[in-house]
Amino acid sequence: MDTNSFIQNIPLEYFIILSSVLFCLGVLGVLLRKNAIIILGCVELMLNSVNLLLAAFSAYKGNGDGQILVFFIMVVAAAEVAVGLAIISMMYRNTKSVDVSIFNKLRG
Amino acid sequence: MEQILFYFVSGIALASAGYFVLAKNPVYSILSLIVTFFCIAALYILMNAQFLGIVQIIVYAGAIMVLFLYILMMLNLNKGDESRKNNINKFIGMFAAGILFIGILGAYKGLSGNYVAGNDVDYGVGLTKNLGKLLFNEYVLPFEIASVLILSGIVGAVLIGKKDL
Amino acid sequence: MENLVYAIILLPLAGFLINGLFGKNLPKMLVGTLATLVVFASFCIAAYLFFNFDADGQPVIVKAFEWFRISGIQINFGFQIDQLSLMMIMIITGIGSLIHLYSIGYMSHDKGFYKFFTYLNLFIFSMLLLVMGSNYLILFIGWEGVGVCSYLLIGFWFQNWEYGKAARKAFIMNRIGDLGLLIGIFIIASQTNSLDYLSVANNASKFSVDSPVIIFITASLFIGAVGKSAQVPLYTWLPDAMAGPTPVSALIHAATMVTAGIYLVVRSNFLYTLAPTVQGGILFIGLLTAALAAFYALRQNDIKKVLAYSTVSQLGFMFVALGVGAYTTAMFHLMTHAFFKALLFLGSGSVIHAMSGEQDMRLMGGLKKKIPITHITFLIGTLAISGFPLLSGMISKDEILVSAFAKSPAYWGILFVIAALTATYMFRLYYLTFHGEFRGTEEQKHHLHESPLNMTLPLMVLAFLSIVGGFINLPHFIGHGHYAKLTQWLKPVLTEESFGQMEANIADVSFNTEMILLVATILMFFAVWFIVKNIYVTKKKLALPENQYTGWEKLSARKLYIDEIYNVLFVKTVEGLGRAGKMFDKDILDPAVDFVGEGAEDSGRAMKRFQNGNVENYVLIMSLAVGIILIVNFLLQ
Repeated sequence: MDTNSFIQNIPLEYFIILSSVLFCLGVLGVLLRKNAIIILGCVELMLNSVNLLLAAFSAYKGNGDGQILVFFIMVVAAAEVAVGLAIISMMYRNTKSVDVSIFNKLRG
Repeated sequence: MEQILFYFVSGIALASAGYFVLAKNPVYSILSLIVTFFCIAALYILMNAQFLGIVQIIVYAGAIMVLFLYILMMLNLNKGDESRKNNINKFIGMFAAGILFIGILGAYKGLSGNYVAGNDVDYGVGLTKNLGKLLFNEYVLPFEIASVLILSGIVGAVLIGKKDL
Repeated sequence: MENLVYAIILLPLAGFLINGLFGKNLPKMLVGTLATLVVFASFCIAAYLFFNFDADGQPVIVKAFEWFRISGIQINFGFQIDQLSLMMIMIITGIGSLIHLYSIGYMSHDKGFYKFFTYLNLFIFSMLLLVMGSNYLILFIGWEGVGVCSYLLIGFWFQNWEYGKAARKAFIMNRIGDLGLLIGIFIIASQTNSLDYLSVANNASKFSVDSPVIIFITASLFIGAVGKSAQVPLYTWLPDAMAGPTPVSALIHAATMVTAGIYLVVRSNFLYTLAPTVQGGILFIGLLTAALAAFYALRQNDIKKVLAYSTVSQLGFMFVALGVGAYTTAMFHLMTHAFFKALLFLGSGSVIHAMSGEQDMRLMGGLKKKIPITHITFLIGTLAISGFPLLSGMISKDEILVSAFAKSPAYWGILFVIAALTATYMFRLYYLTFHGEFRGTEEQKHHLHESPLNMTLPLMVLAFLSIVGGFINLPHFIGHGHYAKLTQWLKPVLTEESFGQMEANIADVSFNTEMILLVATILMFFAVWFIVKNIYVTKKKLALPENQYTGWEKLSARKLYIDEIYNVLFVKTVEGLGRAGKMFDKDILDPAVDFVGEGAEDSGRAMKRFQNGNVENYVLIMSLAVGIILIVNFLLQ
């Protein structure tokens, strides 16, 4: 394992493009879908794309800080999913639906 | 050889992510998201970020997505009968995401296009031993605080989910 | 000495405060007596000062305190006691105390008894401030003060809307004159860096004769005098001011307030001597006023209106005297006029009191047997004003006539005719009121009674003064002015030039000419008396109701329609402006302000449509904005 042909053969830019596309797919999902659970899943997708980019940069630079940050991002994402799903189940309990378009009580 | 591997894995990742965003049935989209996570874990392993790859499978694909499916099943939504948006909104949504994509790519215009790691890169940076050393020496405070964060997440989730306070 | 001066001016002020604050709860006798006593006390102190005054000495300046200092001009609050101010103080407080005594009887049935005496005391205080001040600013304070008191007293029976309007008219016309006075004071202050009479007199020599500055100053001061002393064109307020109680008419509009204009010009004689052009203007206005007012008085039917126009006419005489530079003559006539005009007004008040409030002469007649004291004193007053030989009125009026002759015989001619008219309307008034058959109602005839002592005593005192008052300043030709005591006494008040001008004028008229003029005047008097007596007593001609007059009589009775002309020219114009302003405010400003408010409301309503509570839209717009910002950033690099 002295040589890693992977990181010596694949340009970093590929990872950048892949991460950007995943991120924009996540944004697309947030804008298009109306199911609250799917929207939360799109947020997870966005987080994962950023994780990928961070880990790639850290591996290509030989610096461990990026991967530590990825670790912490995962921690936060887990906590966030827990709380978010609790909220969604409350939503369902009150209105028998998880469609976000019915929550417009803040209209002016 | 590595390039073929990379294209294959990222292709599957992109395809399943696309299906996840566009699928009608929420269960199908969650399952495709699991596939995406597996691909990303594969990419992690390929660049020798072993610890992260394992953690990705355990935490994301194993715990978070299971939680998603659990909620989905509990709310009995697998029929997938959500109403659709009208066409204008969909079009503007795609337009916005496209604009975002172009904007993000525009930040990379100074790049050469073929940056590969040199020979002096520490290849073992993603190993669990090395990451552990880093984690418990320099980042021990965020580590402890992260545990408090998870505690607060648990408390919050339980509190929100209670029927009567 | 200083304490006495303060006492003179503070006693009426004390009376004002006590009566004003506590008068409602005090018994009527106490209120009236207190008010009269403070004024009489001021008179006694003034008389004491008069007898102890050093006639050849300098004016005594009593400085109370330094008031303020602005850009090099220092204004002191002080009083100047010299011959002129002493003379005015004694007239004011002397006649004032007599009128206070009279008012105790005249106003005894009035509900606002204490208020009346409060205002009277305040008026005395303001008038004293006017004549005792040592600079123009204090004069102005007193000037405004008497204007306010005049308003309060004319509109004393304010429940009648017409009286209130008359008071308002007086005040507004006064105000117009005040503007002129203020401008004059400003220019004096800026040109001579001082407002004290003595300082301005010393600096006056730096103005060249008839320079635009001095003409402006003197003309502005004269405009103030025109307003206050009811000359053309600001005279229409004085006849309307007869709406006030008769003591008010006697005090304010015969003896004191209207003489403030004369006082101002005499006090500023050092300025007027340097402006012969303005003196000519004063002469012209005086002649015009005297003529017009005498013309109006010929056919008025209200007893007080005749006396009001007579006042305006006599004031015109005084201004004629000022116009030819005869300052002491004007002061002399001021004094004698105060005596007999106050007497006439108080007498008419007594008549009105006897007639139970009737003021129309056509309903009077034959009163001489019923109210003898009033009749005798009124007759003395009439004779005095018309020029009966040896009475005070004749001597002072003759002196004016002689001074006018010295300027030009034409002026003497005009004044001679006006004097004839004066005698005419006064005798008409007298005969219609006291002679012939009684023309009133039976009820009035029942109530005819002589006035009480507190009303007839002032009449008698004033009658006595009207008889002997002229002897202090005998005409020039008797002893070559040696017996003209008043002129000699007032001499130090005038500057060298003014006095010289006066003396030169008098000296121009030779002894024989003066005698001839005097004889002519006396003959005219007797001729007029005879003719008028013939018309009204022998032929028993009666006064007609106003609308039955024709020709010149109609013009006289309707006062040449000047009041109506003023109404259309000025009052309606101002009212029109007011209406235009109101319309502008209601129809233009209000909708404009409302428009702004509604605009804010409408734009808010438009903005409201963005907040539809739809989370998806919010996220959409957010991401769109982020994308656009990124692209713009990218492009700008």
